[in-house]
Amino acid sequence: MGNNSLHVLKGIDFKVKQGELVAIMGSSGSGKSTLLNILGMLDLADDGSYTLDGVPIKNLSETKAANYRNKFLGFVFQSFNLINYKTAEENVALPLLYQGVSRKTRIQKAKEYLKRVGLLEWAGHLPSELSGGQKQRVAIARAMAAQPKVLLADEPTGALDTKTSYEVMDLIQKLNDEGNTILIVTHEPDIAEMCHRVVILKDGKIIEDKKVDQVRALDHV
Amino acid sequence: MFSRDRWQEIFQTIRKNKLRTILSGFTISLGIFVFVLLFGLGNGLKNAFQDFFIDEAQNAFFIHSGRTKKPYKGYKSNRQIKFRNDDLFDVKRKFGNEIEYLTPRIYRNYNIRYKGESNNYSVRGVSPDHQHLEKTIMMKGRYLNSLDIKNKAKNIVIGRLVEKDLFKNESALNKYVEVKGSSFKVIGVFQDDGGDNEERNCVISYSTIQKMEKGNDRINAILLTFKPELGYFGAKSLEERIRKFIKKKHSIHPKDNGGFYLWNSAESIKKTNQFAGVLQLIVTFVGIGTLLAGVIGISNIMIFVVKERTKELGIRKALGATPASVIGMILQESIFITTIAGYIGLVSGIALLSTVGLKLEEYYIKNPYIDISTGVTATIVLIFCGAIAGYIPARRAAKIKPIVALRDE
Repeated sequence: MGNNSLHVLKGIDFKVKQGELVAIMGSSGSGKSTLLNILGMLDLADDGSYTLDGVPIKNLSETKAANYRNKFLGFVFQSFNLINYKTAEENVALPLLYQGVSRKTRIQKAKEYLKRVGLLEWAGHLPSELSGGQKQRVAIARAMAAQPKVLLADEPTGALDTKTSYEVMDLIQKLNDEGNTILIVTHEPDIAEMCHRVVILKDGKIIEDKKVDQVRALDHV
Repeated sequence: MFSRDRWQEIFQTIRKNKLRTILSGFTISLGIFVFVLLFGLGNGLKNAFQDFFIDEAQNAFFIHSGRTKKPYKGYKSNRQIKFRNDDLFDVKRKFGNEIEYLTPRIYRNYNIRYKGESNNYSVRGVSPDHQHLEKTIMMKGRYLNSLDIKNKAKNIVIGRLVEKDLFKNESALNKYVEVKGSSFKVIGVFQDDGGDNEERNCVISYSTIQKMEKGNDRINAILLTFKPELGYFGAKSLEERIRKFIKKKHSIHPKDNGGFYLWNSAESIKKTNQFAGVLQLIVTFVGIGTLLAGVIGISNIMIFVVKERTKELGIRKALGATPASVIGMILQESIFITTIAGYIGLVSGIALLSTVGLKLEEYYIKNPYIDISTGVTATIVLIFCGAIAGYIPARRAAKIKPIVALRDE
């Protein structure tokens, strides 16, 4: 992410480099979700600056924010947020639609990313026919299909059991190994330990920002 | 806006959300269907009404004799006034340049016989102008002419149903029937839009009836039409002058409203038109009401649809959908559904009207129709209102921060 810096909440000065895997921790109300929303341009900061890949993010119209989100960001949510009447493949292809990618390429790319999360044979299934872990993997494939600069994950394992959580974290680690920058909001210490860096928020301030030795999720599966 | 991708998204949404699609489509179809039906039936009622009252000439005076109600010039009240041929001639001489057609009428009921068949029919003694007054249509042969009057000819023109009764499948033309013991030649058969009763009448020369009744010169009524260019007020003035003239001639008290009766159709046409206007107003009101109900229905459904899709829209926005594309998608889908549904409603409404239309005539609904342009306008209004009704919640949904929309469960 280069020299991206931002001032949010109560004076947060925070940089994420390209290829980092950062966990943002904190109890509820600590501001971790707000931080993620601002990073994701789902919400706007009142003050301060935010630079993403050298582009200053300010005075965003809704349309511009939508374009930036489409180009720069991929989201993974706790509740998956797949569109329930679209198949796994169609869900994965959706951000590509908004990028103006041709239909043929969309399908091809969707298949490619589903293959990477190990769900190619589930391409034609609706979300209701998938397990929680599978849904989250489809969501991750969807987030990655647009080839974002940053993947933002808000409690990606919050709705999953431990085993499935580790499977999902294994996937995230692999994506990180390929050079993707990933930010994870979590309140689970074991998930945080699987990142390179842990930022702990309290009352809107960073109280700790430490590098950790990454625990490979695969070891636990 | 009309890219193939957008249409594919819309078709998928429609396919995968059948209930929602059917609900909104049904509202529009039903709205247009009921609108077309009510509007058509209203028009039918109006048509029937106008036909009912406008069978006879619209510029006619009917003058019937009656009894006086006031004593005058030595005559007692309750005196029977009798019209004679010279009343007819005097009216013609005095008001001829304002009169279009003029005929006397003598009402009789005669037994008419042809071979084994006989029946009683109402027979009118008239002059040739009577054809125009009654808007009689000749099916075959001819109507009475001035020679028939002059020669007191024993010629008779019979109604379509009289021919059917007496002659069965034969043609009556040039055959002889027995009328009150005399032999009359059938010179024509007529039909009349006034209905069956009119077609069970016969007409013969008034002079012939007078000759049959020992050469008297009595007539029962005088019928005339004034020249249409007189207009309503000209007709009122003519009416007043004819009243005065008859009162003077027959020594009726100037303020007596008896003695004879003059019915001016211009007067009743005016009332008829007023009533038809009220009917039109009701039809329009019902139409607008139905349309309004449809608009409210589709508005509710659109609000519900957008509400239901809030989360989906939030997901789309998080994935990079712009507000314009969100609004565009909802609007395009709603316009697409309402257009198809509106068309279905329009066509089925018109189809039903044309199917049952003819069977409703006995219920005083004649030729129920709706202008295609009225139907199309109503459909467009509904589509437009559906679009507006969709646009407002869609714009709000597009404005919601994606993170808020995503939280919506």
